[in-house]
Amino acid sequence: MTLVPAALRPLLRNRAVVFGMIVLAIVVLAAIFAPLLAPYAPNRLSIVNKLKPPSAAHLFGTDEFGRDIFSRAIFAGRISLLVSLGVVALSTVLGLILGVLAGYFRRLDAPISRLIDAMMSFPDILLAIALVAALGPSVVTVIIALGITYAPRLARIVRGSTLVLREMPYIEAAITLGLPTWQVIGRHLLLNLASPILVQATFVFASAMLAEASLSFLGVGVSTDMPTWGTMLASGREYMSNAPWLMVFPGLAIVFSVLSLQLLGDGLRDLVDPRLSKEH
Amino acid sequence: MTQAPILPAPILSVEHLTTSFRAGSGWRAVIRDIGFQVHAGETVAIVGESGSGKSVTALSAMRLLPRDTARIQGRIALNGRDLLTLPEPQMRAIRGGEIGMIFQEPMTSLNPVFTIGNQLAEAIVLHSDKSWTEAEAEAVRLLERVRIPAAKSRLHEYPHKFSGGMRQRVMIAMALACRPKLLIADEPTTALDVTIQAEILALIRALQAEENMAVLFITHDMGVVAEVADRTVVMFRGDMVETGPTARIFASPEKPYTRALLAAIPRLGSMGDSPGPRRFPDVDAATGRITEGRALPPPDTTHAAPVVSVQNLSVRFDVPNGRVHAVENVSFDLHPGETLALVGESGCGKSTTGRAILRLQQATEDSIVINGRNIEDMHGAHLRDMRRHAQMIFQDPFASLNPRIPVGKAILEPILSHRVLPRDKARARVETLLHQVGLPPEVAGRYPHEFSGGQRQRISIARALALDPSFIVADEAVSALDVSVKAQVANLLMDLQAEHGLAYLFISHDMSVVERISHRVAVMYFGEIVEIGPRAEIFGNPQHPYTRRLIEAVPIPDPARRGTRPHVAQEQVRSPIRPLDYILPKREYRTVSPGHYVQTGGVFGT
Repeated sequence: MTLVPAALRPLLRNRAVVFGMIVLAIVVLAAIFAPLLAPYAPNRLSIVNKLKPPSAAHLFGTDEFGRDIFSRAIFAGRISLLVSLGVVALSTVLGLILGVLAGYFRRLDAPISRLIDAMMSFPDILLAIALVAALGPSVVTVIIALGITYAPRLARIVRGSTLVLREMPYIEAAITLGLPTWQVIGRHLLLNLASPILVQATFVFASAMLAEASLSFLGVGVSTDMPTWGTMLASGREYMSNAPWLMVFPGLAIVFSVLSLQLLGDGLRDLVDPRLSKEH
Repeated sequence: MTQAPILPAPILSVEHLTTSFRAGSGWRAVIRDIGFQVHAGETVAIVGESGSGKSVTALSAMRLLPRDTARIQGRIALNGRDLLTLPEPQMRAIRGGEIGMIFQEPMTSLNPVFTIGNQLAEAIVLHSDKSWTEAEAEAVRLLERVRIPAAKSRLHEYPHKFSGGMRQRVMIAMALACRPKLLIADEPTTALDVTIQAEILALIRALQAEENMAVLFITHDMGVVAEVADRTVVMFRGDMVETGPTARIFASPEKPYTRALLAAIPRLGSMGDSPGPRRFPDVDAATGRITEGRALPPPDTTHAAPVVSVQNLSVRFDVPNGRVHAVENVSFDLHPGETLALVGESGCGKSTTGRAILRLQQATEDSIVINGRNIEDMHGAHLRDMRRHAQMIFQDPFASLNPRIPVGKAILEPILSHRVLPRDKARARVETLLHQVGLPPEVAGRYPHEFSGGQRQRISIARALALDPSFIVADEAVSALDVSVKAQVANLLMDLQAEHGLAYLFISHDMSVVERISHRVAVMYFGEIVEIGPRAEIFGNPQHPYTRRLIEAVPIPDPARRGTRPHVAQEQVRSPIRPLDYILPKREYRTVSPGHYVQTGGVFGT
């Protein structure tokens, strides 16, 4: 695809987007190379060092068990990214299937659209809590719960775009050429759905990251030995007044990750917005 | 009026106008050194193809281009006042005050949530010290001046209740609200049907005479130029090619480009007595030398079975307050190597007919036989197989190719999907097809946005030919193209027909192209065929009053014959919605001559 670099170049002119990309790159790289970067094991206890403020030895300080918060925050990023990626993948697949079915086949539009409306009428986090409660907490169930929660958002976008694209002469041309329906959808439609989906997926990524932290904070998130930003916040809450660094650093990690994704999403949306596109 | 009285001071004077757009870090000139004058009571036309810079010229004069991305140099003076150095607040007073402007799209240039009267009165209040009540009274007067019947009662209606032609009248009323000295009309009739175009042009002329207004008319249509302009400026790729009195430009064009442009215009009645189609003249772009198009032999339709046979096709849609009879009782046969043109105004059901034949639109009642097989109950694989034989070329060359697929792949796809050829042979076939439509094989790897409109339409044609069809629906296939490109693509269609024996259903509103390209013509009005017959018969001996009106409304690209045409009747606004229990009366057809039938006592008021 020779198109991509030229098409994405305008993104780099937007300073906010560049900032978002750099922050996101740092978060992702830190998560990937966590074992190399972390100065301590994330779960190493050291009661003598408990509740130490940030220092040269412990960049972000230590928690109530003397665990290094910097190391824990880096490792927590892995869970957050893993869960968020899983949620994006699952909700995109579900949203794509529902959206294309509703948008392309007129008979399925009403039932699927009502289903989407029904799902969207639940508050996001409530639906996710209910699903996790029903399925039991684990990385996989959180992904499934949040994936289902965010699928309607993508489904709505996909349905809307499909309704527009379905009337495009080039889709009709594909039908007139006698291409089988799967090929019309699989090639002609999907290629043109890619941009709106990509944009929406970045926003879902950000929401999922926040929602995963919220679930962990509420105690219905992934239950592993590994820390997550949400559980770190939750356990740090008790020491907020005399050891604020317990909450500040995981909190900042969440803020910067979510912010970077939002900025990137905004940039992508401006880029693919047809009203802003250059002439043919 | 062919010669305007030359007044000492022009209303609009443009000198050495150069407008540049920001391109990367530098500036790229899109129009260079343009100069012309418009005097009171005079109409100057700027004519050119897309990309010639004609609209940029008008936008520069109105200073409507964004300041940070466009740079205007030179001098533009309105009544001696330099517009380029005027501060923005004063410029705002000039726009809509001293300069009125009409745009191309009447459907989108009125705000749908305000009444006509509201929008008109707003414009009046803004540019004068009238009260709202006075402004509304003035609005009624304006609507009457643009010949809108029952102006007073229509003042409080919303734009959606007005037809395209009526909306353009409202736009003109709005442009005239403050008695501008200069009216800029940017393609004001391009989006309208020919019959309505004729009315709007007549209206602009009448109003100009009443007000002694200067008119700057921007158009791509030489027929319209001949109709309205006293002087003409011909533009090509940002340069002023030629300028002079319209009569002189048409009679003895000096530059090759002007000659080429004039030669490419489809003219009604240029067919001589040839019974079949006739190619458009070939023009050498460098020298302007013209080679007259040769006549093509009529196909032998006596022995062959028809490729397509349509019997009693009807398409109806149920809408909330009734039923739209989009197509009613349409029947015709189409033989190999033959072109049947389906003509009529927008909304007459001609496109729906084409789409229903290809099953892109479900028909209410039909019996359509393609290559001897009834397609009525075809589904799935059978329907896909039928599509090998029946193809379509769409109107908009920008929308009919998938922007994300290289053109070679787009042509290859149907060949592979139908397993017509193995992959290696299919690639060779793509090259052959590209060659047939006049494109080099190297273009196969490029994406649609890298091509011009005419090239894209050639690619669409190559794609339609990929499956070797016997029948092609060409839905306004050349309507969106520039004049010279239009002629070339029409010639290509005729050549391909002669070579492959293709049958075309040529759907068009452009009577002069239809006259060149078709063997037979069917005239549609309100969903029904009102007249059908051999091309020479329809154009030479039209029987139905609607056919006559359609032919009379076509602009004649000859300034000498201006005003000699009979007055075209006012447009009637008719609702296409009928009650659910409406039963269409049985129609009778009268035989005029063999193969020429005309409806008697139908919908059109006779």
